[in-house]
Amino acid sequence: MIKRFLYSQKVAPYVFVLPFILVFLIFWVYPLGSSVTMSFQKITLGQEAEWVGLDNYTKLLGDKIFLKSVMNSAVYMLCTLLILIPLPMLLAVLINNKFMWGREFFKSSLFFPALTSVVVAGTIFRLMFGEMDGSLINSFLGWFGIEPVKFLKGQATGFIALLTLATWRWLGVNMLYFLSGLKSIPDDYYEAASIDGASAWQKFRMITMPLLKPTTIYVLTISIYAGLAMFIESLMLWNGNNSPKNIGLTIVGYLYRQGIEKSNLGYAAAVGIVLLVLAMTINMIQLAFSGLFKKED
Amino acid sequence: MKKKGIVVLMLLTMVLSLLTACGKSSSNAASGEKSVIDAGAGENATELSYWTFVELHGKHFEKMLEKWNKANPDRQIKLNVTVMPYDDMHNKLSIALQTGTGAPDIADIELGKFPDFLKGTPQLEPLNDVIDPYRDTIVKSRIDIYSKDGKNYGIPTHVGASVAFYNTEILEEAGVDYTKIVTWEDFKKAGEQVYAKTGKHMGTADTSAMWQESMLLAQQGSDFTDADGKPQVNSPQMVKALQVLKDLQDSNVLATIAGGQPDTEEAYGEFNSGNYATAFMPLWMMSRFTNYMPDLSGKIAIAPIPVIEKGMPRSVGGGGTGTVVTKTAKDVQLAKDFLAYAKLSEDANIEIWNTLGFDPVNMKVWDMKEVTHNPENEFVKYFKNNPFDVLNEIRDEIKYVKSVPASPTINNVFCTVTLNEIFEDGKDIKQALDDAQAQIEQELQ
Repeated sequence: MIKRFLYSQKVAPYVFVLPFILVFLIFWVYPLGSSVTMSFQKITLGQEAEWVGLDNYTKLLGDKIFLKSVMNSAVYMLCTLLILIPLPMLLAVLINNKFMWGREFFKSSLFFPALTSVVVAGTIFRLMFGEMDGSLINSFLGWFGIEPVKFLKGQATGFIALLTLATWRWLGVNMLYFLSGLKSIPDDYYEAASIDGASAWQKFRMITMPLLKPTTIYVLTISIYAGLAMFIESLMLWNGNNSPKNIGLTIVGYLYRQGIEKSNLGYAAAVGIVLLVLAMTINMIQLAFSGLFKKED
Repeated sequence: MKKKGIVVLMLLTMVLSLLTACGKSSSNAASGEKSVIDAGAGENATELSYWTFVELHGKHFEKMLEKWNKANPDRQIKLNVTVMPYDDMHNKLSIALQTGTGAPDIADIELGKFPDFLKGTPQLEPLNDVIDPYRDTIVKSRIDIYSKDGKNYGIPTHVGASVAFYNTEILEEAGVDYTKIVTWEDFKKAGEQVYAKTGKHMGTADTSAMWQESMLLAQQGSDFTDADGKPQVNSPQMVKALQVLKDLQDSNVLATIAGGQPDTEEAYGEFNSGNYATAFMPLWMMSRFTNYMPDLSGKIAIAPIPVIEKGMPRSVGGGGTGTVVTKTAKDVQLAKDFLAYAKLSEDANIEIWNTLGFDPVNMKVWDMKEVTHNPENEFVKYFKNNPFDVLNEIRDEIKYVKSVPASPTINNVFCTVTLNEIFEDGKDIKQALDDAQAQIEQELQ
């Protein structure tokens, strides 16, 4: 009986995908569904949830701090895209070069930061970017006669610290993606190009970049999401969710502040839904532009 | 063609799964330090769990538990103490109480967070019956701040009278006598002298805490909220308070400090290296001095805070921890009885001073010379003068700021935005306060 069931060509595929479907339903569809419900409710400690219609959403629109957090997340995402796609690509090409010296060393040392915990890294970066004269970055600046900077108290300087942390941490990971993409480009193309007299730049521009496109799209997609959903980096860098003037507050940070710190779960759910819609929209547009939805010729 | 479809699907599921992933790792960030105190408890002892964000509070309970277990052989307790960082503990407790599972039997909740736990129907046990026997001996307002609709939900730890901590070494170097400082005008003159002679700042302009604003409001008989609990943070008194502080900052008497206020790790270092001469803080700052600023031993003197005009009240109760019993506690009555015993009895109040260096809520202890002036006490040894000499001088002048549902929001807006705008960016005070008022009203809607 069981045998017939398992060997049945109709049933077996469903059995195999069942674990995924279950996980997907329990840990994704159900929480999403209840978040949507909660975003239309006011939830108070120890009391029945109360339906408030669109109140949470209309309040969000006028919420300056929420808009600030959206702005922060968007700027952070854009900056990470500008840094964490070209730079790792370049490094991957360099490391992939046969004449490169110490390839394995650079590969592993650039990847190493990804293995550290964000909590530890964030704490160390906070101390490095401290405002005291004796903090690491300020002592460096001191050698060049620059006055100590209060890095974590200013918008621009705070983002410099945040982006340094992000770059340090994710450079190696993205580089590995590009490296694996490079491995799949046959050497023949480059040889042919050399015979035709192409320069190194032309080869990079006309062979490497187009053939790396699938990898680039992949990295772009995850970077957009990771950028918009960034939270722990900011939490650790500012030693809490309350950065001065909210310069480090992200969308998820605001969700955390409302839902967990202030127990406004309904309002926080609305923040979460907005984040989801935002991330999905941007990614869909991006994927449409990069031609992923186009039919293959 | 099919391949592209699969790629799209894979990308989408991955993006979605990232959402869950990010939620997970944050909760792993803190699991806290655990320790079980059995304090001579027998086999039949009930095990109670206790969460706190101050390690020292656990030590106090350890001492009191020993006495409790000896006096109540049939109701012995084993206490399971978990120490977690401030934010983590409150967030975890909030989630545990909302979901109804995983909360400890007893927990510390800091005053700034307390109103959030009183929202709706508090998931805490009213403690009126166990407080009643001690009610006459303790400062009433310290119970009121942890109450809602006549029900007392938290047991206080201390009065938290604000005082000034002066680094006498710096002051002597500049030729300043701190005992002559009465008004902010005196303080300014002294500070200018200190800055001119030593290049050091007299005090801190706090950007991440509101101790100083509380002090200056209390002096003027005002508060952050009006009688109905509505925020009034752009009141003339508040403007005056910030003008006083801003003027001191502009004349180099005060300066912002790393960490934003004296009670932070970064600031401990700054004080310990002698970069700032004064901290205006509630009395519990004493334990931070003894624990984190060993180099200042024998140099710190305690004095009343300067006032705007002579005759104004010189202190305000600041901060505080209300210890609560949760609704999900295993043995509610036992937890309540033990808690009252461990924090409100006379013994407990003496112990609170001895172990924690706090000003106990039972003011009778303030008069017990043999306790307060015990030469063996580490706090008595560390400080230049005896804290209780100052406390008893100002005991009738200790005012209180109300703790209302709006308080956490007010605190959040000021400590993240407003104070930074004023002291770091030099934004116009009235404008910054009007903006703050608007922001707070918007958030409270």
